[in-house]
Amino acid sequence: MNRFVVSSSPHMHKDESIASIMLDVLIALMPAALAGIYYFGWRAAVVMLTSIASCLLFEYLYEKLMKKPITTRDLSAMVTGLLLGMNLPSTIPLWMVVVGSAFAIIIVKQLYGGLGKNFVNPALAARCFMLIAWAGAMTTFPEPMAGVDAVSSATPLAVLKGVSEGTLPTLRQAFLGAMPGSIGETSCLMLLLGFVYLLLRRVISWKIPVTYIVVFAVLTFFFGKNETGMEAWTYTLLHVMSGGLLLGAFFMATDYTTTPTTPMGQFIFGAGCGILTFVIRRFGGYPEGVSFSILLMNVCTPLIDRYTVPRKFGEVAKHAS
Amino acid sequence: MAHTFRGGLHIPDHKELTREKPIRQIDGAPLYIFPLQQHIGAPLEAVVKPGDAVKIGDIIADSDAHMAVPVHSSVSGTVQKIAPALHPSGTKVTAVYIENDYKYEISERVQPKNPDSMGRRELLQTIRDAGIVGMGGAGFPTHVKLSPPEGKPITHVIVNGAECEPYLTSDHRRMLETPEEILDGLKIAMKILGLSEGSIGIEQNKPDAIRLLAEKAAAENGIHVVPLKTKYPQGAEKQLIKAITKKQVPSGGLPADVGVIVLNIDTVTQISRAFRTGMPLVTRIVTVSGDCINEPCNLEVRLGAPFSHVIDAAGGFSQEPKKLIMGGPMMGVAQFSLDTPVIKTTSALLAFHTLDDNYDLDSPCLRCGKCVEHCPMHLMPLYLSRYTLEENWEMAEKYNALDCIECGICSYLCPGLQSPLHNIRIAKQTILENRRKKK
Repeated sequence: MNRFVVSSSPHMHKDESIASIMLDVLIALMPAALAGIYYFGWRAAVVMLTSIASCLLFEYLYEKLMKKPITTRDLSAMVTGLLLGMNLPSTIPLWMVVVGSAFAIIIVKQLYGGLGKNFVNPALAARCFMLIAWAGAMTTFPEPMAGVDAVSSATPLAVLKGVSEGTLPTLRQAFLGAMPGSIGETSCLMLLLGFVYLLLRRVISWKIPVTYIVVFAVLTFFFGKNETGMEAWTYTLLHVMSGGLLLGAFFMATDYTTTPTTPMGQFIFGAGCGILTFVIRRFGGYPEGVSFSILLMNVCTPLIDRYTVPRKFGEVAKHAS
Repeated sequence: MAHTFRGGLHIPDHKELTREKPIRQIDGAPLYIFPLQQHIGAPLEAVVKPGDAVKIGDIIADSDAHMAVPVHSSVSGTVQKIAPALHPSGTKVTAVYIENDYKYEISERVQPKNPDSMGRRELLQTIRDAGIVGMGGAGFPTHVKLSPPEGKPITHVIVNGAECEPYLTSDHRRMLETPEEILDGLKIAMKILGLSEGSIGIEQNKPDAIRLLAEKAAAENGIHVVPLKTKYPQGAEKQLIKAITKKQVPSGGLPADVGVIVLNIDTVTQISRAFRTGMPLVTRIVTVSGDCINEPCNLEVRLGAPFSHVIDAAGGFSQEPKKLIMGGPMMGVAQFSLDTPVIKTTSALLAFHTLDDNYDLDSPCLRCGKCVEHCPMHLMPLYLSRYTLEENWEMAEKYNALDCIECGICSYLCPGLQSPLHNIRIAKQTILENRRKKK
């Protein structure tokens, strides 16, 4: 009988797990989520809690029903729930939130085989599904700091595009988050805090988000349809800070499962998101295009990975000799 | 800036357990066991028979093949039997058992030799006769390494003092305690290769060794001490060559293909001894460490001593270990018995009670890409792992499974606790097997 355990090397592992990574993402999302509650009131908290609870519940029910191991403790369903909630207006009827969560967890995640197997981001796909299913409820945003009975208000992007009448936020308001929008997308400052946290914890790399934002900003600066009379850089900054760009770039275009694994692939992915978001915002029918852009690039991810396989060590020398 | 390569990462090294512990010589085991397979290459035949009296340095097994080096007795005593014994690789191989007479008499054939009056052929013969192999772990016969094939001129010889595996401090202690032997061994290797220059690469986590060797080397012509970034696997041959010479050993090739030869610290030490004292390879340094060892230490052990003897010399176990590893925790081999003997490539014995090694082969791959980012061979372990699970050997080969050096970073990092390396090993074996079948 063996006295000791025998297994193949390596015999040690980094102190990191799926749950610890998901916990880091949840922590990083907290500032922006709290800002959402600050600006849009307790209803925002109810929406986020509903989506988190339903995502966890659907994950548990599906796995129980299918007799699969229960994975709610890896916290990934919680991340999906929080992200979905942060991508919704605070005024959305709660039953829609529940249906959206079911779509995210059951259809997008579990039917494709669960964590790591889905080819699009569950929270984003659910948001787009809800946008198409309930266009009205999904695009009615209350004025910030206006209480529960707030009147609906036009988002800065809609005003910039000229599809709605309304007042634009100042750069300062946009930076802090005092503008109409989805619960977790408005506060640039709080999103940045979370982004820096994830970078410091080495949960994500800067490649996709920075490429995404820079490519989008450059295109908007030079080719944006600026009919507001403001300076190009102000116009560009407003574009970057409003809508879901930062929430998307920092937290959804960095989703491991649905983005490329190669360094070159990550640059391509980020650039693709930037170009698509610009094209949709500039030429498309919707004022906002972040969700669709990331989803489209999600679909391209396997292809990008395949065509950006890094040159292996020792390949250069072989050709040179 | 320190020299390095792309990929890899710093792993908590726990070297503080034994870094300050001077090398201590141990002997006194009643029975020494010498497996006849301690190098890569041709098998050996025992040249002694039960009842024979042997002394330290006597040849007990040899072969006529070029790719083979003899094994010598590390004690004086009587050959008890020639029978199968446990080998650290997990198999059983034929071994010579020698009963220790505790006299430690040295063989008459152990005589100093003057390398300055010797030609290349004689120098190589001396190294072969001393039973010297690469002592970093592979066990490649050193005289073969030092006689590269025609048409592959060697321009650079590097002594590998990186010691990037966590816990290991044996090379570090050698550098601090006998730097002269290292420089001497390197100079002999340079003479054999006809080189006027040589390098010693040392990771920056050993500043005292860098300082000392640089000081000693200053008096010599053409020996450079190169500080290396502290990063695993800095001591892997290809990564070390890249860091120091900027050259990449071609895929499937050998260091000689880029004109480089790499020698381990303990190997050059043994080269020096083979001449200066005439003593063949009969002892080696073993770091004994881990959370189950009472007194973690660096021991100079007579080859053939059973692991139990080495563990006892380190104060025994403080608690029952879950795992016993020969070598480092990243690339070492898990052992199942304490009866297995120390061989030429036993760089460390580590015993652990608590070890983060709960790999779960069924867990999902998040596609986080950390394995791609840090792979020192610039491979994509997650895809290699997936193709193995799909038994798609063609794709596994296309994604360069055979280039994997098995450093273990992919498994170490995987947040899903999958072990990509485990799957890549399966792919490598299958691809090679399929190739053999085709032939």
